Amino acid sequence: MTLATAAQAAYIVAALLFILSLAGLSKHETARSGVVLGISGMVIALAATVVLAADGGETLAVVLLLAAMVIGAAVGLWRARIVEMTAMPELIAILHSFVGLAAVMVGWNGFLEVENGGGARAEVPGSLLGVHHAEVSIGVFIGALTFTGSVVAFLKLSARIDSRPMMLPGKNHLNLGALAAFAVLTVLFVISPNLGLLVALTAVALLLGWHLVASIGGGDMPVVVSMLNSYSGWAAAASGFLLDNNLLIVTGALVGSSGAYLSYVMCQAMNRSFISVIAGGFGIEAGPAGDRDYGEHKEITAAETADLLKEAKSVVITPGYGMAVAQAQYPVADLTRKLRERGVEVRFGIHPVAGRLPGHMNVLLAEAKVPYDIVLEMDEINDDFATTSVVLVIGANDTVNPGAVEDPDSPIAGMPVLRVWEAENVVVFKRSMATGYAGVQNPLFFRHNSRMLFGDARQRVEEIVSAL
Amino acid sequence: MSHSAQRLGVVAESAPGETRVAATPATVAQLVSLGYEVIVEKGAGGRSGFTDDAYARTGARIAGREETWDADVVLKVNAPSADETAALREGATLVSLIGPAANADLVDALARRPITVLAMDAVPRVSRAQSLDVLSSMANIAGYRAVIEAAHAFGRLFTGQVTAAGKVPPAKVLVAGAGVAGLAAIATATSLGAIVRATDPRPEVAEQVRSLGAEFLDVGVAQETSTDGYARETSRDYDRRAAEMYAEQAADVDIVITTALIPGRPAPRLLTAEHVARIRPGSVVVDMAAAQGGNVEGTRPGEAVVTENGVTIIGYTDLAGRLPAQASQLYGTNVVNLMKLLTPGMDGRLVLDFDDVVQRAMTVVRDGEKTWPPPPVPVSAAPAAPATPAAPVRGTAAAPSGRPPSPPGRRRHLVTAAVAAALFLLTAFSPNTLIEHVTVFVLSIVIGYYVIGNVHHALHTPLMSITNAISGIIVVGALLQIGQGDTVVAVLSFIAILLASINIVGGFAVTRRMLGMFTRS
Repeated sequence: MTLATAAQAAYIVAALLFILSLAGLSKHETARSGVVLGISGMVIALAATVVLAADGGETLAVVLLLAAMVIGAAVGLWRARIVEMTAMPELIAILHSFVGLAAVMVGWNGFLEVENGGGARAEVPGSLLGVHHAEVSIGVFIGALTFTGSVVAFLKLSARIDSRPMMLPGKNHLNLGALAAFAVLTVLFVISPNLGLLVALTAVALLLGWHLVASIGGGDMPVVVSMLNSYSGWAAAASGFLLDNNLLIVTGALVGSSGAYLSYVMCQAMNRSFISVIAGGFGIEAGPAGDRDYGEHKEITAAETADLLKEAKSVVITPGYGMAVAQAQYPVADLTRKLRERGVEVRFGIHPVAGRLPGHMNVLLAEAKVPYDIVLEMDEINDDFATTSVVLVIGANDTVNPGAVEDPDSPIAGMPVLRVWEAENVVVFKRSMATGYAGVQNPLFFRHNSRMLFGDARQRVEEIVSAL
Repeated sequence: MSHSAQRLGVVAESAPGETRVAATPATVAQLVSLGYEVIVEKGAGGRSGFTDDAYARTGARIAGREETWDADVVLKVNAPSADETAALREGATLVSLIGPAANADLVDALARRPITVLAMDAVPRVSRAQSLDVLSSMANIAGYRAVIEAAHAFGRLFTGQVTAAGKVPPAKVLVAGAGVAGLAAIATATSLGAIVRATDPRPEVAEQVRSLGAEFLDVGVAQETSTDGYARETSRDYDRRAAEMYAEQAADVDIVITTALIPGRPAPRLLTAEHVARIRPGSVVVDMAAAQGGNVEGTRPGEAVVTENGVTIIGYTDLAGRLPAQASQLYGTNVVNLMKLLTPGMDGRLVLDFDDVVQRAMTVVRDGEKTWPPPPVPVSAAPAAPATPAAPVRGTAAAPSGRPPSPPGRRRHLVTAAVAAALFLLTAFSPNTLIEHVTVFVLSIVIGYYVIGNVHHALHTPLMSITNAISGIIVVGALLQIGQGDTVVAVLSFIAILLASINIVGGFAVTRRMLGMFTRS
């Protein structure tokens, strides 16, 4: 056993632990042990690599390496501690960008060490040099794409830039052109690798990543985040090819394909084409739908809502992004407890794309200690609305839009939605009569069994709780 | 705008033996909330157990026969007689069961008056209209009642028991036709403890039958999957095999309940006199299709007859009406749901929208003009194209409950072949070390796909944050590079390690934090 074979063995163990970790996270019961498995895999892989790097490396390099890891770990731990659950999408987006940037740097290093006459040139046999050039260019491309894409997603999610889709003329041609440029630059780079080409290639990838995500509207962010997750995996896999490292290839491919599958599942839930999502720029074309007269909406006060809830036999709460924005999950959980103590059956109906991240609502509700067995998916609850006394729609809009089912002309026609309108009473918590992310008017608000409760969702729910 | 509210008249049923009524006190309250002035004919709910007082309390006005028939909208259960049709005022709207496919004369007669007629039994089978579907709601109660009638006429227990006084075998029940009525009958008979078997030409209902605890008897001849949610006529080959099966089953079972109906046609004959002769004495046959000619030879509509060999054949046509309070409540709710559809303004004014397929399909006469049959409606039981808003399949009746079929198989095969060929070429022209990497890469992709395949929706976010942490493994690359090059390489590696470490630690920490929150009540 040499140090190198020991490291390879450790990598195999680590790869298996990662697979088990992902498998563990598919169920509530095994989720926690899944995290432990993932951490063990990571510790094993890192320990093996550090030992390998320290062996024969200069002292300075080892010190630098350990310093970087300690600082990074401290920052990561600190951010994870203080992050608000509602800000989870932003955090995940920015973490994706780190992976992307790291992949770019690994690619550049590969170039500097080999092509640019660095110390490692002799290690690559002549026959593989061409392959190595190609691997550098692909790795840098995917990494840079992930980096800027994630940065834009982060900025949009944290509302630092406008979340509306950017509409450049001929955006599809821009994307295709960037891809073509990438292909040409890669071929040139393989023929004669030089710094100028690599810089050009990096720039093209950075711009493409920016444009891809910038042209997607805020409402589609859950898919985008999941897609970037996938890209970050592919970036790691590309680095694995570059460095001849199977652990990176396995892990990167795992993350890449699982992220892609997750995005696919979400696209189906939103009735969108998967291809057009990964190609980017599938933002919503339609502006606010016509000046159709939907009639008058009716308002209700918090006190009246409380009375309605007192009389109710069963209540379903359908939260949306608005609940996250208003930080209303705690009062909502309070309300749930109060009602359940009174013997009212309370359940939650979660649309697959509610929020800005897959499973966003589940995480918020879990944070507020809502038991997860009363939190149901759309398909589990949709048939029960007809027998429900009161539905509380808290900050959701497009996901409860009857137009998706009934109006074939609606821009969201065909998207599966929560059929809240079948319930006896629907109370919609909303800040104003503005449209949702899809920019589509919601006929739900004008239904005879709907009442609007305007104002900050958190305040309103608190008022209901105190009225109870 | 109460001055312009239309009057809704709930009339008493004139058909002999009819116990139902088109509105109950509970549904009257809902009709009033739609803005209508509701008048109920004196004694209309009597046979369903609803008093005039009860109607008055929920907002109806009790009136005489003439005044009720003179309303703008008349709600009724059975199709009107000739006298009743004449009593409708000009421009009135009638809502009742019509059976337009079977009663062409009646439709013609109605079309001779300047009225509008909506048939409650012509609701298209789209899921939006499910809440108006009288056939389903009535068939459901009728199926239940069919078992109760059979149990009443059957001289023995349904459930098997071992007692001190000896062993009692359970009754065996055969249900022919697993539509709404058949499924209700299956559920009722199993809950009484009987051994239940069911058969249906539509193979897709087997799963529903089994889910109710019954055995599905497969005739073994393939029939097409239903495209409109209703059964259709069976092939000759099927009929021959089915007849053999019925002959076999007839000799074995104690109770037979037949529910086979094909829209717009006489009921198919399932049991011939020969079959009935083979049934053991004391057994009971309930023919739920008696009104449409009967599935069983020897059925007399509306009567229970005992054959020479001691088999009781029940041909009651009013099975739903034998549970009048419930039947009226369900019928009334169907009517309320229709009125909601017809009263978009909630102002007590009925508006008929012919662009709505549901309203179009139900309207058999509009302003004295015959509008039957309506243009065909593609219903949701068919595998809907992804772009159509047609909603999920309806589970109650006869629709397949499986997933919609996958995209055309041929295209999928082509894509698979193209990908395989590309991979083959790529690998075949690669140097050896690359082949090893490609192998690992491809297999890992497949593992990633399957590992994630059945993840619970609530765990999507933790899953994403952990995959994010794991993709920080890229740090390994930077770790290996840091000591190998010049200053620039070292600096770049340093930054890469720093960033990836934030990612790893942050990702795991945040995942743990999230999972710590999930609790079960």
